[in-house]
Amino acid sequence: MKTKKITIFGVLIALAFILSYIESLIPIPIPVPGIKLGLANLVVITGLYVMGEKEAFVLSLIRILLVSFTFGSPSTLLFSFAGGILSCFCMILMKQIGKFSLTGVSIAGGVAHNIGQVFIAILVVNNILMIYYLPFLLISGLVTGLVIGMVGALIVGSVKKYHLVTGNNN
Amino acid sequence: MGNKMLKRNDMIMMGIVLLIALISLGFFFLNKKEGSAVIITVDGEIYQQTELDQNNTIKIKQDNGDYNEVIIEDGYVWMTDADCPDKLCVKHNKIHYDHETIVCLPHKVVVEIVGGEENTVDIIAK
Ligand SMILES: [Zn+2]
Repeated sequence: MKTKKITIFGVLIALAFILSYIESLIPIPIPVPGIKLGLANLVVITGLYVMGEKEAFVLSLIRILLVSFTFGSPSTLLFSFAGGILSCFCMILMKQIGKFSLTGVSIAGGVAHNIGQVFIAILVVNNILMIYYLPFLLISGLVTGLVIGMVGALIVGSVKKYHLVTGNNN
Repeated sequence: MGNKMLKRNDMIMMGIVLLIALISLGFFFLNKKEGSAVIITVDGEIYQQTELDQNNTIKIKQDNGDYNEVIIEDGYVWMTDADCPDKLCVKHNKIHYDHETIVCLPHKVVVEIVGGEENTVDIIAK
């Protein structure tokens, strides 16, 4: 890996930490502890467009593990993992399809993130009733994804503009 | 950057997600009625079932020492005490309607309100 890439990796992981911390301060009106907004997806979408798919996936894994061990508990790790991995795969897939903008890809990621969390909630408490929170989580995933997508587009735009990375993808 | 932030396909996708959310929300809302029973489950197993209109304090003590306390008063249910690390269950609002739940994830405790007679009959029979 080139030095530039390692630097960007470091910066993105640091950003993921900050976002996860902010996220842990925001209460969500849903009685399932561990469910998060998914702000750290900003880091993954930036990684996906600035570096590539493999890097985005590695970034997701590192951030899930580091952040869960820092701010979370074993139960939050499960949620972050299900949400984060599903979201990452979904964004990679959506980007490959090529019919969506960065913001669109981010929205899909946000929604997938929350669907993953609801399924873990159903499994963990062994109760299908958790499905009742899905509509709220779909909408919150949509809004979070939209905001993250817009911010992400700006970041990716300026990273490319100043040639911080010699991009190998569009 | 250059290109537009949102493409037509993005809009369509957003529309579909919103539609699914609203339809399921509407469906849940239409099914919302005043609840009549409170069921407490621990790890998916029924721990205790009681009437919603009967004031009660229920202590949930598990073999591993996990502890939660639930109060039922005037048709509302809330968690008053728990020794779980996050205490999110204790902070949760009072619940009253059919299908509403309070979850203590670390203890795998779910407090839920059920309204339909068919549900309660089933469980009492057991
Ligand atoms: Zn609790």
